[in-house]
Amino acid sequence: MTRIQSTFAQPRPALVCFITAGDGDTAANLDALVEAGADVIELGMPFTDPMADGPAIQAANLRSLGAGTTTADVLRYASEFRARHPNVPLVLMGYANPMVRRGPEWFAAAAAAAGVDGVICVDIPPEEDDALGPALRAKGIAPIRLATPTTDAARLPQVLAGSEGFLYYVSVAGITGKQQAVQASIEEAVARLKQSTNLPIAVGFGVRTPEQAAAIAKVADGVVVGSALVEICGEFGKDAPGKLKELTSALASAVHSARQEHA
Amino acid sequence: MNTHLNSFRTQPDDRGHFGQFGGRYVAETLMPLVLDLEREYRKAQADPAFQAEFDDLLEHYVGRPSPLYFAPRITEELGGAQVWFKRDELNHTGAHKINNCIGQILLAMRMGKTRIIAETGAGQHGVATATVCARFGLPCVIYMGAEDVKRQAPNVFRMKLLGAEVIPVTSGGATLKDAMNEGLRDWVANVHDTFYIIGTAAGPHPYPEMVRNFQSVIGTEARAQMLSRVGRLPDLLVACIGGGSNALGLFHPFLDDADVKMLGVEAAGHGLDGDQHAASLLGGSPGVLHGNRTYLLQDEDGQITEGHSISAGLDYPGIGPEHAWLKESGRVDYTAVTDDEALEGFQLLCRTEGIIPALEPSHAIAAVAKVAPTMPKDSIVLMNLCGRGDKDIFTVAEKLGVEL
Repeated sequence: MTRIQSTFAQPRPALVCFITAGDGDTAANLDALVEAGADVIELGMPFTDPMADGPAIQAANLRSLGAGTTTADVLRYASEFRARHPNVPLVLMGYANPMVRRGPEWFAAAAAAAGVDGVICVDIPPEEDDALGPALRAKGIAPIRLATPTTDAARLPQVLAGSEGFLYYVSVAGITGKQQAVQASIEEAVARLKQSTNLPIAVGFGVRTPEQAAAIAKVADGVVVGSALVEICGEFGKDAPGKLKELTSALASAVHSARQEHA
Repeated sequence: MNTHLNSFRTQPDDRGHFGQFGGRYVAETLMPLVLDLEREYRKAQADPAFQAEFDDLLEHYVGRPSPLYFAPRITEELGGAQVWFKRDELNHTGAHKINNCIGQILLAMRMGKTRIIAETGAGQHGVATATVCARFGLPCVIYMGAEDVKRQAPNVFRMKLLGAEVIPVTSGGATLKDAMNEGLRDWVANVHDTFYIIGTAAGPHPYPEMVRNFQSVIGTEARAQMLSRVGRLPDLLVACIGGGSNALGLFHPFLDDADVKMLGVEAAGHGLDGDQHAASLLGGSPGVLHGNRTYLLQDEDGQITEGHSISAGLDYPGIGPEHAWLKESGRVDYTAVTDDEALEGFQLLCRTEGIIPALEPSHAIAAVAKVAPTMPKDSIVLMNLCGRGDKDIFTVAEKLGVEL
């Protein structure tokens, strides 16, 4: 079993935490997330033009690039994380151009060498899978796809074909960090997705509080929190790890115990 | 034998690819939308009523066909090829941008969309979009980099007069690419009722093809006008390139006329040797941005770098994917001219022909001024004069050290 599969094989739902690489003390921030109970780490690769992201993650991208973060730095954060945390799944998330700049094979090989388990590329839909997907699969890295409220039943099979790791359900049609989806719509969507795939389903976009996370964890296999954590990195800089730990602990206990309360 | 085998006019393929370029590199939320747009566009293309309404508006609202003009004094001054201009600067709103906006708003209404968004750099596409929205009574939101809002105050006022809401974009470098990011963010959050009128032949498929086709009225007219006036086709077509829609509009109907050479002119800014230029083809490399694979200005990590040009309309770090393909196929030649050369081209046209051009086609004029003298006197250069210069007089005055 891969690290991602083992994590989702546990009986409890998983907390997936996103931060942007190079925004503050990345190693300390990542350690804080893991120590506080994050089950999967999504490490954002900064990009000058994050067109699917809201203000919080846009600002994080600019802070990171402003501090001089390079692709080599991101890969180094990943490999050092892997050395410190041999069992925690690590997913790189970002945009196509930095990933394909030196060729998809180069990126897949470098990510595999750094111990990366999966890659979420926001702007490579199934129609353009050739641009990165085959290279990732060849190196045993899961191409993690997104499904959204606009992904209808006719289109879903195409999204699922070639998806690995888990399916990331983007609960709102919009950008990251903005509004929250109605709980009923999430429940309906997850039930619909579950009929079509055995992949674990993680739900994200607009999830900020332990209460929201707990509600989603009752139906989904994972809950993704990003902008709320990224805002902490932005506000507290070098002092972010302590604050990240606070929020992540609360999120983790809410997510991990969601189904016990339910039962 | 299939005559299309050697055609340059059959791109893109059914996935929107021009060779290795183009495509649909968008977030999953937008993917069903661009697929829907393509389906609706195909239906519109097959509907004679759609084409008839487009043609009628171009004739009576935009003022087409635009004249084909032989420019005697600039020809004499350059001392070589005959110089002809396709006068798209005489269109309503003063540039070629309106051709595409008419086509896209008709499509938007056909699709039942009730809200229009667009990005703009210099403001010409924003003005054209605001114009068609006023004409058809649809609410209009224009995203414009905060830096450009400052540089192009008259166009901002025009858009507001036309009823558009102009939203300054402060993210990133606060210029055209950031305005396009914000347009995509708006679209992804308002997919149910909003149509995004992209201003150039770039973005996810079917935009590059669709914008090219709407703009091809330029070349289709020019080709017929040339045949009617002089009984033959021109030897060389010249057009400036930012995203590249005016150039494709002129070039595309001539692509299979093997004897017609073509020259696309990028903005070399302060020179191609540094990083202060906007020449994606000559000074960039292939990558993925704003929904398509094309040539981009970028660093070794794939981070997009800011272009520079005296012309805000050319100041974009990418280029339409069909130009990337035309470059690699060798069908079209590309060159670049600097800010200073464009400024000379601007003044040359004012002085010799009594036409104040926009700074964008001033780049093409500068290229014509270089190439025409090397050509025989019986040869013909046809340049797309794609915009008029009223909007640029403040920039030009400043560069010439004149206080207004």
